[in-house]
Amino acid sequence: MGKNISKAKSVETMVRVTSHHVRNEPIPFNTAFFDQIQINKSAVDRRASTLTKRRSVKKEYQAAWLLKAITCMDLTTLAGDDTKGNVMRLCAKAKNPVRKDILSALGMADAGITTGAVCVYHNLIPFAKEALDGSHIPIAAVSTGFPAGQITLEQKLKEIDMSVKAGATEIDIVISRALVLQSKWEELYEEIKACRIACGQAHMKTILATGEIPTYTKVAKASMVAMMAGSDFIKTSTGKEAVNATLPVSLVMLRAIREYQQLTGYKVGFKPAGGIAKAKDALAWLILMKEELGMDWLQPDLFRFGASSLLGDIERQLEHFVTGAYSASYRHPMA
Amino acid sequence: MKIKEIFQTMDYGTAPESNKEAVQFLEKYNRKFGLFIDGKWVDPQSKTYFFSENPSNQDFLAEIADGNKTDVDHAVEAAKKALPGWVKMGGHQRARYLYALARQIQKHARVLSVLESMDNGKPIRETRDIDIPLVARHFYHHAGWAQLMDSEMKDYQEIGVVGQIIPWNFPMLMLAWKIAPALAMGNTVVLKPAEFTSLTALYFAELCQQIGLPKGVVNIVTGFGGTGAALVDHPDVQKIAFTGSTEVGKIIRKATAGSGKKISLELGGKSPFIVFEDADLDSVVEGVVDAIWFNQGQVCCAGSRLLVEESVAEKLYEKLKHRIETFRVGDSLDKSIDMGAIVSKGQLKVIKDLVQEGIDEGNTIWQPTWECPENGCFFPPTVFTDVSPAAKIAQEEIFGPVLVAMTFRSHTEAVKLANNTRYGLAASIWTENINLALDIAPQIKAGTVWVNCTNVFDAASGFGGYRESGYGREGGKEGLFEYVKPKADKQLVVVADDPKSKNKPSGIKPPSIDITYKMYIGGKQVRPDGGNSIVLYNAAGEYLGDVPKGSRKDVRDAVEAAHANKSWANMTGHAKAQVLYYIAENLQKREDEWVSRIQQVSLLSKEKAQSEFDKGIERIFYYAAKADKYDGMVHHTVQKNVTLAMPEPIGVMAVVCPENSPFLGFISTLFPALTMGNHVVCVPAEKFTTLALDFYQILETSDMPAGAMNILSGFHEDLVPELAKHMDVDGIWYFGNAGLSSKTEELSVGNLKRTWVAYGKSRDWFENSLGQGDEFLRQASHIKNIWIPYGA
Repeated sequence: MGKNISKAKSVETMVRVTSHHVRNEPIPFNTAFFDQIQINKSAVDRRASTLTKRRSVKKEYQAAWLLKAITCMDLTTLAGDDTKGNVMRLCAKAKNPVRKDILSALGMADAGITTGAVCVYHNLIPFAKEALDGSHIPIAAVSTGFPAGQITLEQKLKEIDMSVKAGATEIDIVISRALVLQSKWEELYEEIKACRIACGQAHMKTILATGEIPTYTKVAKASMVAMMAGSDFIKTSTGKEAVNATLPVSLVMLRAIREYQQLTGYKVGFKPAGGIAKAKDALAWLILMKEELGMDWLQPDLFRFGASSLLGDIERQLEHFVTGAYSASYRHPMA
Repeated sequence: MKIKEIFQTMDYGTAPESNKEAVQFLEKYNRKFGLFIDGKWVDPQSKTYFFSENPSNQDFLAEIADGNKTDVDHAVEAAKKALPGWVKMGGHQRARYLYALARQIQKHARVLSVLESMDNGKPIRETRDIDIPLVARHFYHHAGWAQLMDSEMKDYQEIGVVGQIIPWNFPMLMLAWKIAPALAMGNTVVLKPAEFTSLTALYFAELCQQIGLPKGVVNIVTGFGGTGAALVDHPDVQKIAFTGSTEVGKIIRKATAGSGKKISLELGGKSPFIVFEDADLDSVVEGVVDAIWFNQGQVCCAGSRLLVEESVAEKLYEKLKHRIETFRVGDSLDKSIDMGAIVSKGQLKVIKDLVQEGIDEGNTIWQPTWECPENGCFFPPTVFTDVSPAAKIAQEEIFGPVLVAMTFRSHTEAVKLANNTRYGLAASIWTENINLALDIAPQIKAGTVWVNCTNVFDAASGFGGYRESGYGREGGKEGLFEYVKPKADKQLVVVADDPKSKNKPSGIKPPSIDITYKMYIGGKQVRPDGGNSIVLYNAAGEYLGDVPKGSRKDVRDAVEAAHANKSWANMTGHAKAQVLYYIAENLQKREDEWVSRIQQVSLLSKEKAQSEFDKGIERIFYYAAKADKYDGMVHHTVQKNVTLAMPEPIGVMAVVCPENSPFLGFISTLFPALTMGNHVVCVPAEKFTTLALDFYQILETSDMPAGAMNILSGFHEDLVPELAKHMDVDGIWYFGNAGLSSKTEELSVGNLKRTWVAYGKSRDWFENSLGQGDEFLRQASHIKNIWIPYGA
């Protein structure tokens, strides 16, 4: 069969090394970047619904892709009842996301598979820092009045500052949805840019909360504004909105990322979050990334999943690949 | 490959769909299929078979019987035998069978998808997600029409035995489009699949057996063009439905001319894909993918001509070039591909040759940097830019994954470029401005217009062409009419000549000053180009007048005048109604004069002439009433969109009036054509010419726009053939003798104009069921379906 598919002459067959792209820096606010944007929702929905039917990843390819998904995962807990205890467990799982025997069977025992990061609330950063000490796994903290963002800008900046000082190297901010709803784009830009400056060396992921934005056109415009303001990633959702990450809304944001790269040369990362719970979903997003943006966006420096229960399903699928028998969740260490 | 390596490369690998069940089906028949006739598998009388192979890898699939004339005879005989029972069981029972077929198709959807993909080379994704679901949907939808025939189609009945010839690009879907409406309306069928792709039709035969479909209702005769020709020529076949090339469509039109066979043709296309500057360009790119790289571009309605507004052309081209790099071409059963194989080596060569010509002509070609697999009939997605309309690749249907792109400056130019083609199957319009979309859609000469989408189909919406893309619709209520005939047609009779009542003179004296009859062209009274006249007498030998002897030059002028001004076509129904009523009013004012004229030309008694006049006025009222009421529909298609089915005028129509009922026949044939907004070139019955030429005085006082109605006089033998072969006449009605009827059909082949001819049968124009009605308006219009998706 291998002979019967189209062969890439270019990058696809080369072994890839992690890219060291230039970090996205804020640029001056410019309405020309988004004034003309008009997104046709039905066409976007159609593309999103057929995209994952045009590509299928099976067998050893699927196993490799699922491992890739793990390395791009912000393993997350964001609950009112989070304690040191469950955050420590989460971090342990981030360091060893897949059972050693399974990794060995896949020939990946020495590949250093960990999740992309762990993601927690601010006050839990110290426990995560303690648990992840020496692992190089970044700590992401949600910030700026997550999830609703209904606090003053001053409070938001302070919160970022505290989280960075506490050891978070990635900050997931939420935007003021009101500014999007009222099309106050320049104010939105200023707010996000202020956050970006507050982040300093920490990478900033800007959550648009697309479930609360009424149109794809506004999602695209908000994406552009967030990128102009220096976001390292743009992210779909907090996981707390009624509608979280969907493929079509992701497609809209990815096309904005592509457009932004063409306009400025900067590569901006993407993080879908909320509701991505199945291995199959993870594959769908990886396919979407590869098709729309290419190989660079299949690495954790430009792509992350925000997920809490996804890992469990991926572990089961990996064991199934190794043993040929469907797996059970209790066979895998919990987070 | 090692997982570690894949982890780095993130390649897709292959994802083959299992062909197990499909192979089992082939093996069950030892990979050798007979013909399906009268509910049984029979060996072909020809005793010859041909090979069907998988275009992805050239693997042998099966031997297929090559049916000959005798086989076709047997199949038609079986269909004929089955017909009475099939009709008699009624709509409900037929609905049950169609429902059962729909269900069986769903139950066996995967094996059908795989079989289709292997046989045709198209991706399994398409057969699985598009073709086969649409097939099932078509049978469901038409199960409904069978059930509703008695109420919704109560003035119509079945045609009889129907011969159906389908192409290789959507083998099973085309089978469904043909068989479902035919069976629903009570016809029986002989179907010939394309020689490259017979397998799913043969599987369908098995499904017919499984559901216990009465024997002979569906017959499948495989074979080549000769098999199809035998079907077309068979005297017991009352209707031919064909989907395929325009070339073969024209052969069928010619072959059936004068036979009285009803035909529907769904032919080629070079459909425009129009992108305005405010379109969502990333979505446009995917639209192009769906337009020209769906089914390897082997789609009659493929959006093969990209017309893009100059302001965004470069940007769109860049996006397209980027997009084709991520394309994947490969084995049709691989679930990770965008395009499969071209159906055959022959077709691949046609594509390669045309592309080479495109290169030789100096057009800029774009192809991806990756290479197609070596095995199998593959061709990469290809884009030509900077193409001018004069380029061969801009005019000819390539029927492959080749897009030609050109730019436009203004909306008007976009429409002109879009319509600069002999075809008229479909069009796609991309803009975020609904005002613009709905302004452009009616201006495009095409049976289907997709707004911000393309190649979307559903059983509830009609599909079919304008111009040389053929005629007839498939799907929706409009599609049913291809498989029925009016019940009233039974009352049409062949009459030798009018029984002349002893030719008693009318006694009406001509006016004391000489009358000069002229023809009426472009709103002006004109003398004939040839400068000759015909002296007309009535049957009693009384002098009626010297009328112009029209020639081909006058036909030319009249057609030009009809095209010159589109004001009538663009008027609202209400405005048209006002003009029509006004004509009646002006006629009524001169009632006595007209009654006596009717008497004079026809020698009817005064009472009969009076009743003819009265009925004529009533008929004008009927069509004036219809002018703002014969409207379209919004179809219940399954996609999230509004599908508008709009009746549109055919364009410029020639109407050759009947030889009976001097006044009423003239009114009854002219007015429906006008009511639908056609611009008409009218040729009155020779013997009633003076009456028609008197009529322009009425037109001149009734606000009828110039060019909307033109009247030519002369011998039908001179005028009718010229009109029938005129490339700028879009439709012709001929209500005269069998000879010229046949000639009209034969000569219409040049531009495949719509024809409606009487074959020498006359109708009683006083009888409302024969003399007026929706059937006339339907014949004077065609349906354009406009698809408008929504969602913000």
